[in-house]
Amino acid sequence: MRNEKSTEDVALGIRRRVFEHAMRNNGGYLSQACSAAEQLAWLYNEELKLGEPTLPMIPKPFSGVPSPSNPDYHTGAGYNGPFEPQFDRLFIAPAHYALVAYATLIEVGRMAPEGLEMFNQDGSSVEMIGAEHSPGMEVHNGTLGIGLSTASGLAYGRRLRGEAGRTWVFMSDGEVQEGQTWEAVQACAHYGIDNVLAIMDVNDQQCDGAMSSVMEVGDIRTKFLNFGATCVEIDGHDLSAMRDAVREPHAGKPLIILARTNPFQTMSILEERFPRLHYVRFKSEDERARFNTSIAADLGVKPVDYSL
Amino acid sequence: MVEMVSRPYATAFEKFAAGNPDILCLSADLTSSCEIDGFRDRHPDQFLSLGMAEQNMMSFAGGLGLAGFRPFIHTFGVFMYRRPYDQLMASIAYPRRKVRLMGFLPGVTTPGGMTHQSIEDISVMRSIPNMTILETGDATEVESICEAADSIDGPVWCRVLRGSVPRLFDTPLKVGEMRELATGDDVLVVTSGICTEEAMRARAAFAKAGLSIRHLHLHTIKPFNAQALLDHIGSVKHGVVTLENHVTEGGIGSLVAETMADAGVGKRLIRLGLKDTYAHGGSRPYLMKYYGLDASALVRGIEDLIGQSFGITEDDLSAVRFDDVHSLVKAEAL
Repeated sequence: MRNEKSTEDVALGIRRRVFEHAMRNNGGYLSQACSAAEQLAWLYNEELKLGEPTLPMIPKPFSGVPSPSNPDYHTGAGYNGPFEPQFDRLFIAPAHYALVAYATLIEVGRMAPEGLEMFNQDGSSVEMIGAEHSPGMEVHNGTLGIGLSTASGLAYGRRLRGEAGRTWVFMSDGEVQEGQTWEAVQACAHYGIDNVLAIMDVNDQQCDGAMSSVMEVGDIRTKFLNFGATCVEIDGHDLSAMRDAVREPHAGKPLIILARTNPFQTMSILEERFPRLHYVRFKSEDERARFNTSIAADLGVKPVDYSL
Repeated sequence: MVEMVSRPYATAFEKFAAGNPDILCLSADLTSSCEIDGFRDRHPDQFLSLGMAEQNMMSFAGGLGLAGFRPFIHTFGVFMYRRPYDQLMASIAYPRRKVRLMGFLPGVTTPGGMTHQSIEDISVMRSIPNMTILETGDATEVESICEAADSIDGPVWCRVLRGSVPRLFDTPLKVGEMRELATGDDVLVVTSGICTEEAMRARAAFAKAGLSIRHLHLHTIKPFNAQALLDHIGSVKHGVVTLENHVTEGGIGSLVAETMADAGVGKRLIRLGLKDTYAHGGSRPYLMKYYGLDASALVRGIEDLIGQSFGITEDDLSAVRFDDVHSLVKAEAL
């Protein structure tokens, strides 16, 4: 499935949707749209080999958690198409990027815009922290650091089954503070799991603020190399750099693409809120109005009428 | 004299898993300690060494489950839930992956002390939605644990005995059932795991002393047939004594207590096991004596319940030892 929009347009569309949503709801995960829009746009619009969605364009309401008494349970993976040997899989490891991921599904025609209206509403499957049953999600990743391990297990299993499809992980740089990330990389290196690929949004931010102030992680590219991955560092807003990065030979090793990004990209006024960018909730009507005017101008749209 | 079976898991797992490509054998650097070294050597295509990295191993196993495999994870039980609890929850239990968690060295069956003794695992697993819990009490149950675990549509926690294991039963472990080992009508004794053998010794002594004991052995702890237990409780005059290789909070003692309370049963219950304490390192017989998990402890518990002394001595209990040959078996190392 190839969208007819350019990837640049998809990225812009993602930011516009997240912006509009944040203005209407007096806050949201704005900075994640700034940093990650190109990565998710590139994955969905160009790189991932996915089938047609198997779930309704307008998401169904929450229909229960997995249990023996819930035989009709299914995850939200159907928005990425069916599980078939030739198709890729994608895990959104930092599940708090869900708003940005949902906006991406809409921009590439895999979910209806109405889906975003259900975001964080009681009884909705379009949850604030992406759950297994949320659109585009396949596993729970709200606990950071488990995504790459799960993907590695799936990739190893798919290799045993002779499947051609790859397993992709969208990661966040904060996850390198978790020991499990390194356990996963060493297991991939030990078993030569090279059908797992990750693109990491290296925006240097985490919940408490700049990573350097919370827990310095040093030169993560060298760390990944030393743990046995192939690792390429690029400008995370440069689509041609992504296209080149994925062509990096990585036989017998996982490929980790470090996408260095700007947490204020295309929304310069966000810098006022540094270093608390994780979830931006407006502190006053005045601030909300100023952000509305400024970001709308940056994104080339009219300010949002959030009085409705 | 009771038959002692050497390394029943080693034989049983290989017989069950070899040649089934959907079953993978995972290990975390305790391969020979979990009796799967022979399997590793003879079936390398089904074996994964995941190193001392349990957090990754749990999520990795979840990923294998997503790909349609049924991983059997082997390590000491304690290493499968304390450190990687978050991964156990998010990657295995919530999504109901068919991961079989083979936890070796339950409770005080290891001289390794606090860091090696899983004394609260049943309590933890009972509170995890979607989890099934099985516990082996003899060689026959160890021999049938793989098939039983693999019949479950979801994750399964298994307490597995290793090394030299007595054979007490002649029928395999059937998920969901409980073993009725004696049908007396004075006191109901409910045991699991290695404590069942202790209760069999105590039972024989009480039979001589004229007290009639009804004895249930639980190998399936979750799901649990509450009505079957209530029927047995209804069949005894005095009350219930439980004995388990686990803390008394959250294990089978709690399970029985909850069942009785839910049904409004007004009989007495005495719960024996580790009483809100960690254990330390030592031999199994020493630890079972020291912490009150053995036949003598059960005798005292039953006497407390009845309010009467039966004059049963250590000599009486050793006269009916089922595990004479235990003393010939080298104390298990790590």
